[in-house]
Amino acid sequence: MSVPATKEGVRLLSGNEAIARGAFEAGVKVASAYPGTPSTEILENFVQYEGVYAEWAPNEKVAVEVAIGASMGGVRALATMKHVGVNVAADPIFTASYTGVRGGLVIVTADDPELHSSQNEQDNRHYAVAAKIPMLEPSDSHEAKEFTRLAFELSEKFDAPFFLRTTTRISHAKGVVRLDEPSGPPFAPGFVRDPAKWVMLPVNAKKRHVVVEERTKALREFAETFDGNRIEWGDRSLGIVTAGVAYQYVREAFPDASVLKLGLVYPLPERLFREFAAGVSRVVVVEELDPYLETHVKALGIPAQGKELIPIVGELDPRIVRRGITGEAAAVRAPETVPPRPPNLCPGCPHRGLFFALRKLKVTVTGDIGCYTLAALPPLSAMDTCVCMGASIGNAHGMEKALGPEGVGKVVSVIGDSTFLHSGVTGLMDIVYNKGCSTVILLDNSITAMTGAQENPSTGKTLHGEPTHRLDLPGLCRAIGVEHVYVVNPHDMEQTEAVLRREIARPAPSVVITVAPCALLPDHRKKKRPVYEVIADLCTGCKACSRLGCPAIEWVPFTPEEAAAAGKKATQKGMARINALLCDGCNQCPPLCKFQAIVERES
Amino acid sequence: MSDARGNVFLAGVGGQGTLLASEVLCEAFLLAGYDVKKSEVHGMAQRGGAVTTHLRFGPKVFSPLIEPGGADLLIAFEKLEALRFAHYLKPGGAMVVNAQEIFPPSVATGQERYPGDVADRLRAVTDRLHFVDALAAALSLREVRAVNMVMVGAASHYLPLPEGKYEEAMRGRMPDRIVAVNVAAFRAGRALLQKV
Repeated sequence: MSVPATKEGVRLLSGNEAIARGAFEAGVKVASAYPGTPSTEILENFVQYEGVYAEWAPNEKVAVEVAIGASMGGVRALATMKHVGVNVAADPIFTASYTGVRGGLVIVTADDPELHSSQNEQDNRHYAVAAKIPMLEPSDSHEAKEFTRLAFELSEKFDAPFFLRTTTRISHAKGVVRLDEPSGPPFAPGFVRDPAKWVMLPVNAKKRHVVVEERTKALREFAETFDGNRIEWGDRSLGIVTAGVAYQYVREAFPDASVLKLGLVYPLPERLFREFAAGVSRVVVVEELDPYLETHVKALGIPAQGKELIPIVGELDPRIVRRGITGEAAAVRAPETVPPRPPNLCPGCPHRGLFFALRKLKVTVTGDIGCYTLAALPPLSAMDTCVCMGASIGNAHGMEKALGPEGVGKVVSVIGDSTFLHSGVTGLMDIVYNKGCSTVILLDNSITAMTGAQENPSTGKTLHGEPTHRLDLPGLCRAIGVEHVYVVNPHDMEQTEAVLRREIARPAPSVVITVAPCALLPDHRKKKRPVYEVIADLCTGCKACSRLGCPAIEWVPFTPEEAAAAGKKATQKGMARINALLCDGCNQCPPLCKFQAIVERES
Repeated sequence: MSDARGNVFLAGVGGQGTLLASEVLCEAFLLAGYDVKKSEVHGMAQRGGAVTTHLRFGPKVFSPLIEPGGADLLIAFEKLEALRFAHYLKPGGAMVVNAQEIFPPSVATGQERYPGDVADRLRAVTDRLHFVDALAAALSLREVRAVNMVMVGAASHYLPLPEGKYEEAMRGRMPDRIVAVNVAAFRAGRALLQKV
C-alpha cells in the first residue's frame, strides 16, 4: 500500500484513495476504468491492495461492460470514470439498470465543476434519473470510503447498480479517514443462468422495466430513513438543503443554520423534505452546477430559493455561498494583474515538434483530448477544434465532405495513441469505408500522458505492471484499410514536415504516426541527455527558436543601452537564453537557428 | 495539540514539488493531532501551469477550500505566483516567498517583461513578508528538487508544529533514500528565517 501508517487505523486520504480503500474493504474483486481527471487515482490506488484484479480498459464503455460481467459472475465489481466517460459508457449503463446485479456493482462518476481539466461541466446527477440508477454522493474523504462500501451492500440488497458521484473537490481533496477491516459478498462467485434477468430481449426487458420501477419505489422509501440523509437542526430561520462538497461550504459559512444533508441524491425522499421545510422559515438549496435538488424541492410544492442566489456555473466556496444567501461578504483585495501562466507542453515534449511542423503547412487541424490539446494555445496555435475523446477523426472527415473537392488536402486530424484506441479507431474505419482522403496524425508517445502516465493497449504493460501484448498501431491502421501508413520521429521536424506535406496532398486516406516517448516517462528521464545553450555572441534576437514555445527557451529583453553594452546592434531587442534546469535535450531548437547559436553545453 | 486553527495557501509552478510539500505539511498536522483537509487540482494544471494547494487545520475542518482573504500564511514557490494569489491572504497574514523567477510563456517568448516590481507590490499586501533563496539552498545540497522542503522549512516558523513532526511526516511520505536530503533541505530552509 502507498498510504503510510500514521495513527493506527487513521489515514489522510484523498477522496479517490478513500474510494479505493472502500472498494477494498467491500471485497471488490474486479475493477476496470479508463483514466480521466479527476477519477484516475482510484484504480491506481486500488490495484495496490492484495488479491484484487484491476485494469485499464480501452474506454469507459468497455470498463463498465467488464464490471457488469464480473457482477454477473458473482463478485463485487467497480468501474470508475470522469463525468464525460459516463457519456461513452451510457449504453451498457442504461441496460444494466434493467438487469440488476449479482455481485454488487458500483460505477464512479467523477464530475469536474469549474472544468479544471475537462471539456464541459455536465452534472451527472441527471444520469441517475435518466438511467433509474440510485446515486450516493459523499461530502468528504471519510464519507467517500463509507459510501463506497455501503454502495456495494445496497447494490446487492436492491438488485441495482449504484452510482457513486464525486466532484474534483472530493476526489482531489484529502481528509482524515478511519479504516475498517475488509469483508465481502455473502456468496461465492459463479454465474447463475437466468435468461429472464440477463438476456435483455424485448420480451424480458419489458418485465425488467416493471422491476426497475418497483425498485425505485422501494429505494425512495429507503431514502426517507437512510442515515446518510439527515437533518441537522439549528437556527430555524434558515434551512439549507445541500449535498456533496457544498455541504462543507454551507457548514463553514453558516455554522448555526439548519441543514438537510443528502447522501443518497437519487432517488430523493419526500417526507424528509417536507419535515425539514415545515421546521424552518426559509429554505435555500445550495448545490454546484444544475438546480437538481432545487427542482425536486419545488416539485414538492415547497417554496425555496436556489439558483437565483447560487451560481449555476463553476464551483462554489464558502464565500460564494455566504454572499449568495446573505447578499453580503467581507471586502477582499482584488486579484493583482500579472502575466498569465497557463499549462504548456513540457520541455522535450515530442508533440511540440509535430505541431511546429504542422503549423507551417497552413491546414485546418481537428484536434482531440490529451496533452496535445495545449498546442491550441499560443505560440504554437496549431489546433482548430476539440470536442471529445476520438472526435478529431470524424470531424476531419465531416469537414472534408462538407468542403467537397476543395477540401482535399486542407484538413488533418491529430489524436494521441490512447485516445485513438479509446474511440478514434472507429472514425478511421469511417474514412476508409466511405472513401475519404483525410490524413490522420497519430501521436504515439507510449503512454496516456495527460492523466499522469497510465498504460494502455499500445504500451505493452498492464495496470498491474505486468508485460503484455503490445498493440501494433501501424498494423491496426493497415488492417482497417489504410494503405499509406508512415512512422516519423517528431523531434526531427524537417523529416516530419516533408512526410506531412506529401501525405496531406495525397488523394487517399493516410496515417502519419509520430513515435517518441513522453518526456516525463521515467525511462526517458533516466537517459543521459544533452543540455543546450545559446552562444550569446551569435544570437541576433531573431526569435526563430522562441516560436517553439518551449518553456526552457527564455527571452532576455534589452534596452538600446543594454544592447550596446552586450556588443549588439542598438536595434536588437533582446536575445534567447536556455534555462539549463529545464532543457530536456530534445534537439528541436538547434536546427531552427540560422546562426548556429544553439549548441550542446559542455558539462 | 492546541485549539490553533489556520489556513495555509501554497502556490507554485507545475513541477516544483508543491504537491509533496503539502503532503508533508498535512501529514505533520495529522501526526500532531489536528483535523486537516487539503485540496488541489491535478491534470491540466501540472503542465508548467500555476498550481495551488489549499491546506486547512484546526480542531474540526469543514471546507477543503480557503476563500479569498482567508489564508493566514501564503507559501509561494515562485515570486510571480505569490502576487497572483496575494488576494487569498488575510489582512495581516504572512508570506514566505521563494525569490526564484520562472518565466511564464508570455515572458519567455518576449511579449512582455517579467514584472520588476513584484517585491514592492507584495510589500503593499503585507509587511510580514519574507523572501528566501530556496533554489540556492537546494543547489547547495546538490538536489534541485529539494526546493520544496526548503520552503516548508522556512515557512515552518509560522506554523504551530514541533520540528520533529515534519521529519516524522517526511519519513512517512517519502522513500527512504530521499529522506536524508529532504530533512537537510527542511533544516536549511528553517535556518534561512529567524524565529518569528
